[in-house]
Amino acid sequence: MTATSMPVTMSKTAPMDRAQALGRLKFADSSFRVMTLGAALVVLALLVGVAVSLFIGAWPAFSHFGIGFLFSDSWSPPKERFGAAAAIYGTVVTAIIAMVIGVPVGMGIAVFLTELCPPTLRRPIGIAIELLAGIPSIIYGIWGVYYFKPFMQAYLQPFLISTLGAIPGVGALFAGPPLGYGIFTAGLVLAVMILPFVTAISRDVFETVPTVLKEAAYGVGATTFEVVGSIVIPYTRVGVIGGVMLALGRALGETMAVTFVIGNATHISTSILSQGTTISAMIANQFADADPGLFTSSLLALGFILFIITFLVLAAARFMLSRLEVKAGR
Amino acid sequence: MANLYPGRKRRNAIWTVLAYAATAFGLLWLGLILGALIWNGVGGLSLDVFTKMTAPPGVVGGLLNSIVGSLIVTAIGLAISAPLGILAGTYLAEYGRYGKLANVIRFVNDILLSAPSIVVGLFVYQFCVVPFGHFSALAGGVALAVISTPIIVRTTEDMLSLVPNTLREAASSLGMPRSLVIQQVAYRAVRSGLITGILLAIARMTGETAPLIFTELGNSLFTADPTGPMSSLPLIIYEFARSPYPEQQKLAWTGALIVTAAVLSLSIFARVMSAQRGAGK
Repeated sequence: MTATSMPVTMSKTAPMDRAQALGRLKFADSSFRVMTLGAALVVLALLVGVAVSLFIGAWPAFSHFGIGFLFSDSWSPPKERFGAAAAIYGTVVTAIIAMVIGVPVGMGIAVFLTELCPPTLRRPIGIAIELLAGIPSIIYGIWGVYYFKPFMQAYLQPFLISTLGAIPGVGALFAGPPLGYGIFTAGLVLAVMILPFVTAISRDVFETVPTVLKEAAYGVGATTFEVVGSIVIPYTRVGVIGGVMLALGRALGETMAVTFVIGNATHISTSILSQGTTISAMIANQFADADPGLFTSSLLALGFILFIITFLVLAAARFMLSRLEVKAGR
Repeated sequence: MANLYPGRKRRNAIWTVLAYAATAFGLLWLGLILGALIWNGVGGLSLDVFTKMTAPPGVVGGLLNSIVGSLIVTAIGLAISAPLGILAGTYLAEYGRYGKLANVIRFVNDILLSAPSIVVGLFVYQFCVVPFGHFSALAGGVALAVISTPIIVRTTEDMLSLVPNTLREAASSLGMPRSLVIQQVAYRAVRSGLITGILLAIARMTGETAPLIFTELGNSLFTADPTGPMSSLPLIIYEFARSPYPEQQKLAWTGALIVTAAVLSLSIFARVMSAQRGAGK
């Protein structure tokens, strides 16, 4: 410890009255405490501020359209008629596609890393998957529009249309021309984006399984798959669901990558191959052109709806993860 | 009794192959994206990129104003979020601990940690753009600060809770008041951990785009005035990637390569630092 970094209050006040020095020390002590408390309260105020400011901004739209705002899919700036249904629909459908693909694959990677991977490769592969989470959303967007969209248009979408599209009933979901852009493309890009989150959390919770439990199962002759299916996943179920909800929160709020590949059509189509929009893509895409008044207010209302949806999902995720922490702490 | 063994073995083999396939799938995407970035971005790397301004189509331009703008906005964001995050994290780990208030704040911080960045952007628009009547780099910095503060709060709290209590008790027994125990003993013990948190926060801010659309807006001119609109790398990528002009598209890829290289090297560096810490224990 160097002399300069020693408490200034002490060295300066040494010749002075002892009570005075102690008084200063006490003041510095309590003001530091108050400062940390203040900073912590700012964090609390941020969340409240987000909710309140968005609600205030959204109020004109809510009071003008009423509850119908949630169920109307018309979005027409010239006529000043706005509804959130198309955006909510797109947000939910892209998130479902992302979860259906991203969750099993992400968990598969976690199983690979915790149970199957040779120890020397565990670290490099783990880091590589985490890098996938580090790549900024806009990079997924530019990559999606230059490489993934043409691939979808040329190969995957024609394939889906000719196979699944021919089945009566389900076929309606895969109808229409192969545009490349669309809800399905956005869902796939989202799936890749949430992969690393699912993997990271599944891996963390898988590691809370006591080794004795796994060894006991291996000891009575269980296969790796049986250990994972009968010991690891049941033991960590709550945590895995929490992690899945956390990933869902990400998928619902993701903006830039989706904006690039979803096509930004402001109506609902039955086919998931057709163009659509999500709440966040709609806001990112239209905010710059929005006139103050009902248009801007409607976009803020969309933001408020997104905030409420993600808040509920994330709160549920945290609740489940904290239950697992309690369990692991015992 | 039927022989279950071949069936169990087969099922195990199938699931093992699927787990391998999942990992290959994840790595494939990383390879494809990084490959595309390098393939398209490296060719455009030249001195012009770092010395010239963004230009209208037809004129040879660079990314200087965007790079400087990104640095300024990130610096503003960090100047707010680093002290705020470290102090709030200190409260959670040192003063609040198991209190009710600390639990509420911990929960709120976790929500903010994964809140959609576009919502944060709208909040800052309402809070810092509407009252002043114009977009500004300052508002962009505030938006980035809101996004990065929870990261710093989280790492600070996690790191401080690793400090052994005996260390604190030893300092207290010498008569140090609580604040000095924290500043002189606890902070020193976790210095590399705090830096890791700050590096992760910078990495997150560097690639963030969505909130900047409503706060910083973008600017094709060079400016160092934080009260006005300013250019930024992610914003210029967003704009140029959708441009019909090949030279602008090329610059978008080069910008994307620069951003990704910065973000990934920051997060790898942060990881190496925290790994060294873990090994040293």
